Amino acid sequence: MSTNQEEGFPERFLGKKYPETMEDLPIAAIVPWPGSTLDVTTHAWRTFRPVINQDKCVRCRLCWIYCPDGAILEVDEEYTTSTGKKYKVSFKVDYDHCKGCGICANECPVKAIEMVPEMK
Amino acid sequence: MALTKPIKSLWEIPREERFVGGHAACQGCGAALVLRHLTKVVGKDAIIVNATGCMEVISTLFPRTAWRNPWLHLAFENAGAAASGVEAALKALQRKGVLDKNRYIKVVAIAGDGGTFDIGLQSLSGMLERGHDVMYVVYDNEAYMNTGIQRSGATPYGAWTTTTPVGKKFRGEWRPKKDIVGIAYAHRIPYIATANPAYPIDMINKFVKAYNTRGPSLVHVLTPCTPGWRIPESKTIEVAKLAVQTGMWVLLEIENGKPKVTVKVRKRKPVREYLKMQGRFRHLTEEDIKKIQEMVDKYVEEINRWVGEEAIGPVEE
Ligand SMILES: Cc1ncc(C[n+]2csc(CCOP(=O)(O)OP(=O)(O)O)c2C)c(N)n1
Ligand code: SF4
Ligand code: SF4
Ligand code: SF4
Ligand SMILES: [Mg+2]
Repeated sequence: MSTNQEEGFPERFLGKKYPETMEDLPIAAIVPWPGSTLDVTTHAWRTFRPVINQDKCVRCRLCWIYCPDGAILEVDEEYTTSTGKKYKVSFKVDYDHCKGCGICANECPVKAIEMVPEMK
Repeated sequence: MALTKPIKSLWEIPREERFVGGHAACQGCGAALVLRHLTKVVGKDAIIVNATGCMEVISTLFPRTAWRNPWLHLAFENAGAAASGVEAALKALQRKGVLDKNRYIKVVAIAGDGGTFDIGLQSLSGMLERGHDVMYVVYDNEAYMNTGIQRSGATPYGAWTTTTPVGKKFRGEWRPKKDIVGIAYAHRIPYIATANPAYPIDMINKFVKAYNTRGPSLVHVLTPCTPGWRIPESKTIEVAKLAVQTGMWVLLEIENGKPKVTVKVRKRKPVREYLKMQGRFRHLTEEDIKKIQEMVDKYVEEINRWVGEEAIGPVEE
């Protein structure tokens, strides 16, 4: 058994190098890249995209809670509405990972999310 | 950090994602949503032991993973056995001083209804019987969804699946749903609960309690499946909520043998409202619906008797 002596072994085994060829694949189907599906974009799954109206949004957090894809981002961004209401957080859509299911729009209590067709 | 205390507000749910996007679950998948919250609760010091099924397949398309936790892929039938082994190994490593004795590492088993009610049942029973310190979460989409919607012991009466077809002879599933909570209860384990993603605070607090249990715990979560239930992708939460409002799904908790309804329903909606939203029940006649209503009435009566109060009220049209 010479595997342990092979060049580049620790990288391969510990997965410091992301696989580009067969040789880079980690041993025994170990996947040492936690959270790496974030590299996969799922935007092409959508026929409708959620668009959040920041002025209407009451920052209830429900869209963030109910998204199965973690595609609603909660960001520390201040916002002042047209009626002068100040918020410390804002909710934004991560369009790379949103699949367009529409749960967020369906659950938003103030109908601040509109599902807009991707193509006309 | 794990969430170790129950939460009162939605704002206490950690922002950090430990089950990330880019996974391959269908649009509007209820189970993927549950995993997002489960991992927020258990935090980084948890080893996930996952039986095959949708959640395994959609989260780990080689060489990528949606998990930020140590995670083990298993066969369909052995989540309970493998989780028992991981827990025993952790204990041995701590005894031998290889792992820090003061670091609490939780073993979390995740399996679908098929992997729990059917093929993994004896492995689960062994785990519960031996008293392993494992939190077992069964996400129940009420069929074998990963292989294309075959019925399981968790498929409800009347539901269409590819193996309970609708035609002249068969009218969907003709057997009632198996009572997995009753089976777990018979093992006298310290903590059992039912949960539902449309009630996030209740669900998260049950995960917190299961996490804090020292010994086996089981959380049975209803997870709507958009293609399997034949529902629009946007209706996952709406349908899940109706399951509770109609009494089809009662939010229960059994702590050290004592049962309690955690979300009371003063007036129930008729089951028709839940059934009519889903294509898998489309074929049901008024008579079939009446029969299901009677089954639910009986179930609610049993629950109320068990918890010793009218936790779930009568139907009001
Ligand atoms: C012994 C064995 N039989 C059959 C299969 C094929 N198989 C993989 S997942 C699955 C269904 C899983 O159903 P469930 O546990 O309800 O999870 P879901 O897919 O619904 O999430 C089946 C039949 C298998 N992997 N192993
Ligand atoms: S449409 Fe679906 S995937 Fe996209 S942000 Fe809303 S809930 Fe998430
Ligand atoms: S659900 Fe609607 S109101 Fe609530 S945070 Fe999201 S966009 Fe804002
Ligand atoms: S088939 Fe159902 S459970 Fe499986 S990924 Fe799709 S929605 Fe989720
Ligand atoms: Mg299933």
